[in-house]
Amino acid sequence: MDEVLSVFSVEAREQLDAMEAGLLQLERGDRDAETINAVFRAAHTIKGGAGVVEIASIEHFTHVLENVLDRLRNSEIEVSSEMISALLLGCDHINALLDAVQSGRLEPDAELDTAGAAITDQLRPFIGNAPAARGGVLAADAGTEAELQRSDRDGATNDCWHISVRFGRGVLRNGMDPLAFLRYLLNLGEIAHITTLCDAMPDADSMDPEACYLGFEISFRSHASKEAIERVFEFCRDDCELFILPPNSKLDEFIALIEALPEETMRLGEILVKSGALTREELDSGLHQQQAAGVDAGATAATPPLGNILVERNSVQPELVEAAAAKQRTVAEKKTAESSLIRVHADKLDQLIDLVGELVIAGASANLLAKKSGEAALVEATSVLSRLVESIRDSALQLRMVQIGETFNRFHRVARDVSRELDKEIELVINGGETELDKSVVEKIGDPLMHLVRNAMDHGIESAAARAAAGKPAKGRVELNAFHDSGSIVIEVGDDGGGLDKRRIQAKAIERGLLQANETLSDQDVVNLIFEPGFSTVDKVSNLSGRGVGMDVVKKNITALRGSVDVRTEAGAGSRFIIRLPLTLAIIDGFLIGVGRASYVIPLDMVVECIELGDAGGDRNYLNLRGEVLPFVRLRELFEVPGQPPPRENVVVVQYAGQKAGIVVDQLLGEFQTVIKPLGTLFRNMRGIGGSTILGSGEVALILDVQALVARCARSEEQRAHGNTGSRRLETH
Amino acid sequence: MEFITQTTADGATRLTIEGELSIYDAAEIKHRLIEGIRGAAVFELDLSHVGVMDSAGFQLLTLAKRESLELGHALRIVGHSPAVREVIEFFNMVAYFGDPLVIPAGEQS
Repeated sequence: MDEVLSVFSVEAREQLDAMEAGLLQLERGDRDAETINAVFRAAHTIKGGAGVVEIASIEHFTHVLENVLDRLRNSEIEVSSEMISALLLGCDHINALLDAVQSGRLEPDAELDTAGAAITDQLRPFIGNAPAARGGVLAADAGTEAELQRSDRDGATNDCWHISVRFGRGVLRNGMDPLAFLRYLLNLGEIAHITTLCDAMPDADSMDPEACYLGFEISFRSHASKEAIERVFEFCRDDCELFILPPNSKLDEFIALIEALPEETMRLGEILVKSGALTREELDSGLHQQQAAGVDAGATAATPPLGNILVERNSVQPELVEAAAAKQRTVAEKKTAESSLIRVHADKLDQLIDLVGELVIAGASANLLAKKSGEAALVEATSVLSRLVESIRDSALQLRMVQIGETFNRFHRVARDVSRELDKEIELVINGGETELDKSVVEKIGDPLMHLVRNAMDHGIESAAARAAAGKPAKGRVELNAFHDSGSIVIEVGDDGGGLDKRRIQAKAIERGLLQANETLSDQDVVNLIFEPGFSTVDKVSNLSGRGVGMDVVKKNITALRGSVDVRTEAGAGSRFIIRLPLTLAIIDGFLIGVGRASYVIPLDMVVECIELGDAGGDRNYLNLRGEVLPFVRLRELFEVPGQPPPRENVVVVQYAGQKAGIVVDQLLGEFQTVIKPLGTLFRNMRGIGGSTILGSGEVALILDVQALVARCARSEEQRAHGNTGSRRLETH
Repeated sequence: MEFITQTTADGATRLTIEGELSIYDAAEIKHRLIEGIRGAAVFELDLSHVGVMDSAGFQLLTLAKRESLELGHALRIVGHSPAVREVIEFFNMVAYFGDPLVIPAGEQS
């Protein structure tokens, strides 16, 4: 395919994702102008791009979507569920058109054409006879400018702040004197002109001599910030109407400040506050008014834009609002531009990581030689070098890290569609979307996650009637969580449904011949049966889950990534699938230990502490760690290392998935940057070893698979407790 | 706080206020000023012995001035103490009252 076309389709798909996310947000009730604008912008960009690469089908179709969105943006139509559905179908259609383009068919076939026409028909009621889409985003904000011809806009006071203040009736009675505030103002600058207003004073008979009726219009020449000027009136802020307008000559300065703000997505108000043109207090009261206006207007009209309110309240000049809005726009555009800039071929990255890995090994060997030579200068030089190598390693690995949020967000659409299809109300809650993990892991985790999420919605969440009977809220809840935990990333898929039915699982397992009828298993073992190949409890196969991809495949995929999957379930309260994955697949910080003449590496993130074994060990394989039972393994025994153990053995306490275990070793050798080299196929089925690495001396060290060792310890402890009832076949390792 | 009312040679009523034109005596001051301006076609105020004037006092002066304009009576402030002068100047209301600000010789420095 043409390179231009490929770039276009990649970018169009990004825009489609943004559009879909925005539409779902709109449907959930988040209807601020920014979201609508974002969706519109996405459609607009797709249309523009399609025009440039001359794909008429996409251009025309997107134009229809854009028209609807334009009317939405101008508050001519209201967000409705049917409209969002139609627009989402539109997104799907564009995706289909892109698929066609990517497979080389620039002109859509008849089938796609009819599908497109059908969606256009669905959208027609929302288009009306709207004019073609306009480009400007600020159309609504510009209208008020004419009203803002203020008298103080003459040349003489151009470089002055304009302060307009009306003191409240109670100011004098509360022991405050307007005179004092205004005199204090002189500390900040010079009053160029002051107009005293007494219009508020009623006629002589009804005038209360202790009430305050004074108001002032002040031209104030000062270099103080708006914040500082506002602070002068701090004590009577709640009891007076205060408007502070920056000097016209300062407008340029503010605009420059706004333009110089860091490129982050910010709300309009935030931008104005950051530049100093608006104070926090003004923003808060403006927002308050916006909210109140929104409530007054009800659902029938859109809330007025914040910019309009601020201008009406004389808090800022319209020019500044416009500058801030323009800033917002450029940031948004910059964002999309930035994400399109870092498109690097994955192979190149992998190659870089490989090279960095070699660099780490070479660095370690240079370090070792330097230490042996005993030359101080050389040692110092190599230690600086290794620090740099470490930084390079970290940033190289960082290049491959992506946030999991993108993967998670795909599930919003899934949740929406599934809940419609099954007629269940389901809410998808996402936590920790910013958690980062290796790109290759993200790619491979998508399918298993999809399966788990669909499963949770289909089988986990009960029907609305069943939920009502159980006294649960009608809306089911599916949670996606991600967080880092001791060197691994944990992804949880949880639901608040009925939980797994252990009796049915057991019955099914017996029926499938996975279990003997007279076997008794612990609850956890029963639950783990769902990961066995050929296991499915649902009798009627719905078209959502149960498409032949069982939990066993999920488990296999996750194990292939050196991860693990667990399930916790509680009858009536829901289930939770917990996936643990290693953060990276290439280079880790390791902890080097020695047993006999060989060295081993434990991933440093999993090491909790090191203690001396002393006499506590004896023949047992557990010890008392500050009142806790700590099971341990002796590497010497496990790997059948010949020779006598040294008189002083050490225990490395490691933690995985919340379980602690001890590993008894001869020597602690300290931290070591470890480049993970995979083991040959011959050793693939070996337990307890996760890989190998090369030491500075050129020797090979084995990397311990802590997960397996901890599981082994936990199991032996459990067997001791339960008297060997566990079935060997159900071991997960 | 002392109020002295006298009739001047040209038939005007003159009120001399000694003390403070402030919130503490606002009700009393209002009463005296309004009574005075309503009862005399030409009402003179001698404020040269006013030690302090705050916003409440200033407000009452404005009220008296407005009342005089409404009634077609004349209000003249014939003596300004430095405190009174300073406040009226600060509020940029010299023109509103329209009285010549007499600056005593000793203060001119």
